[in-house]
Amino acid sequence: MADDKKKSEEMKATLDDLNTRVSAAREASKIKEPRGLNEATAYGIATRLVAELVAGILVGVLFGWYLDRLFGTKPWLMIILIMLGAAAGITNVMRAAKQLSPKDVDNKDEEK
Amino acid sequence: MASPLDQFTVKPWVPIEVAGYDISFTNSAAAMVASVIVITVFVTMGMRKNALVPGRWQSSVEMCYEFVAKMLGDAAGPEGRKYFPFVFTLFMFVLAANLIGMLPWLHPFTFTSHIAVTFAMAAFVFIGVTLIGFITHGFKFLTFFVPHGAPWYLLLILVPIEIISYLSRPISLSVRLFANMVAGHTMLKVFGGFVVSLSAIGAAGVAGALFPLAFIVALTGLELLVACLQAYVFAMLTCLYLNDALHMH
Repeated sequence: MADDKKKSEEMKATLDDLNTRVSAAREASKIKEPRGLNEATAYGIATRLVAELVAGILVGVLFGWYLDRLFGTKPWLMIILIMLGAAAGITNVMRAAKQLSPKDVDNKDEEK
Repeated sequence: MASPLDQFTVKPWVPIEVAGYDISFTNSAAAMVASVIVITVFVTMGMRKNALVPGRWQSSVEMCYEFVAKMLGDAAGPEGRKYFPFVFTLFMFVLAANLIGMLPWLHPFTFTSHIAVTFAMAAFVFIGVTLIGFITHGFKFLTFFVPHGAPWYLLLILVPIEIISYLSRPISLSVRLFANMVAGHTMLKVFGGFVVSLSAIGAAGVAGALFPLAFIVALTGLELLVACLQAYVFAMLTCLYLNDALHMH
């Protein structure tokens, strides 16, 4: 008899445990709002930021070169577009860094 | 000795020419077919039993599914669900390509190490996402390029910057994947070359060759991480771009 009682108590303990785990799992699967991603490794973050910066400048160079050839304004459009491209690259890096930072630090109003 | 860049040469296996265009079946195409077959077998055979309590194989397929579904949900919200098949395909394709390229046997070809391939994928994502933006928001999508609350004289600079920043997306997406794969595979080959040429000079050389060999082992581990990580980053950025197109800023 004592054995049975002990058994049922154990059963209750595991059931309670299961209950808390189930409710925790339900909580976890509930969040469906877009909230960015902050679970990348350092290497992933590094390659991402570098590529953003380089891509901005690259687009500036490519478009500058092409438009210069199109309009025959040799170095000028390229110079302007490289500067704009560098600015765009830096903007991209800042945005990517913001997306990667933990969401509870900055508020929702970062979406401009 | 073969150059470390030899591994990236596209070699035609079955030469085909149609109307002056070379559309030969190359080792690159073969690697693509191989990844499609691997993914299809992995997913369909894994889900064949469709058990309530999954086995190991089914469990790993479900893990991939849930991973991508969570990533898409987090990045693009419930509206992004529609595009799950595309993102899942993209993720699995890049992942399979990167991992097949890491196989030590048969000298597999890593087709993600070619900018032509990665840029084609990135351009597809870019054009698709832009179209989705215009379809969901109409011409209001153009206000995406106009930052709120800036005075008009600053807009003259800010709008071109925004447009360049938008146009740089396919470039950064494709260059990142391509550069990572090329750098990793070249580095592995270079250190492999060290081992071969060092061990050719005798017993002392063999002892010395142990160092680059140990380095290759560590590097292979890193490359496996990079292979998975870059597939993840590619898919994740696709999700983020989708989010921009669906919700704007």
